[in-house]
Amino acid sequence: MTLALTLFTVISVSLGAIFFLAGTLGLLRFPDTLTRLHALTKADNLGLGLVVLGLLPQVAWPLGALKLIAVWLLALLAGATVGQLLGAAVPPEPGTPGDRATGAEGQTP
Amino acid sequence: MSLALAADAFLALLILGLAIWTIAASQTYGAVVGFVAYGLLVALVWVRLGSVDVAMTEAALGSGLTGLLLLGAAAHLAPLEAAERQARPGPWLRLLVGALCGAVTAVLAAVVLSLPEPAPTLGPAVAEHLATLGVRNPVTGVLLGYRAIDTLLETVVLVPALVAVWSLATDPAWGGRPASPGPRDPGSALTLLAQVLPPAGILVGIHLLWVGADAPGGKFQGAVVLAAMWVLVLVAGLRRPPALAGRPLRWLIVLGALVFIVIGLSGVWLAGAFLAYPEGLAKPMILAIEILLTPSLAVILGLLLLGPPVADRGPGT
Repeated sequence: MTLALTLFTVISVSLGAIFFLAGTLGLLRFPDTLTRLHALTKADNLGLGLVVLGLLPQVAWPLGALKLIAVWLLALLAGATVGQLLGAAVPPEPGTPGDRATGAEGQTP
Repeated sequence: MSLALAADAFLALLILGLAIWTIAASQTYGAVVGFVAYGLLVALVWVRLGSVDVAMTEAALGSGLTGLLLLGAAAHLAPLEAAERQARPGPWLRLLVGALCGAVTAVLAAVVLSLPEPAPTLGPAVAEHLATLGVRNPVTGVLLGYRAIDTLLETVVLVPALVAVWSLATDPAWGGRPASPGPRDPGSALTLLAQVLPPAGILVGIHLLWVGADAPGGKFQGAVVLAAMWVLVLVAGLRRPPALAGRPLRWLIVLGALVFIVIGLSGVWLAGAFLAYPEGLAKPMILAIEILLTPSLAVILGLLLLGPPVADRGPGT
């Protein structure tokens, strides 16, 4: 049983690490800000989620586990908000249809 | 080489690389971003060294709050930056500065390398007498028991620091409100965050303060989280910054320092020395200091971020 849980932790955390790696690759290689943001939030949400999932069997139930889940939820909330704000701050690129960014255009200071 | 050592070595190299990148960054803004990331990595190092208290302070104050202050400074300096880059100091001055910085690093390295092998420590003596203070977190015990004068000074110094920031205001603006840090935009994701996060954040701030007696945490870390929640609400434009002439606000600012000084002075009378706690009353007194300092620190840190008051439409109230 313990071995199975340890194996689960190793696999899940490794998968999480792979998502972080892929997200970082996307951040470095994707062509524009919006796609880079997309790669980054994927890494944060899924990567951190898998790491937290993998660590759950290793911590004290229920307080330690709930704290880990809270960390993930807070990171989700922060990541989603920052992604939205950065996305809205991006000036629409000349080649792309700018209708998704109407919210950003109306409030340039 | 063990895995943990490899990870530590990688972390150390990463920090060195980031430090060099931060110094070499041509834009002030980029340098500040580098500095914030650097602070977070240094916090990881403190965790690896087993100093979770220091790690939290570094992440909250050294990286988060200082980073925000520096970002504000970078935004203010941005228009002047290009001219400043034209007027680079001469090669001799730069050489001199580099040599002096190198000398400081060399001396620090020499000091660290020449430390005696079992480093002299008061740790066992502190651990032995920690029970008389009634707190189980040795860091809190040392900060409020043995080095209370340092803690007093570092909390009181925030009040003159805030007055110094305020004194940058123009005469008509004195006592008015600081500039609102963000426009109100009901459709923004920030509005949602500023409505959803504060309940959880306030809970975390109070939790950090409360566990400080037994586990890593304490008033400074808790106060930073509370200040962050307040500033978040202000940045989202949900509330206006307060008028700085308000009597209750000013009392709140000095409350923590006043309580600390009064308890310190009462030690002269009750226990024979400034900041000495009378037998059996140490824990309640430490608790009173921590609890009453927290709101003061939160308000001061938030107001430091908001900056000096600006001229308002109405007369200063």
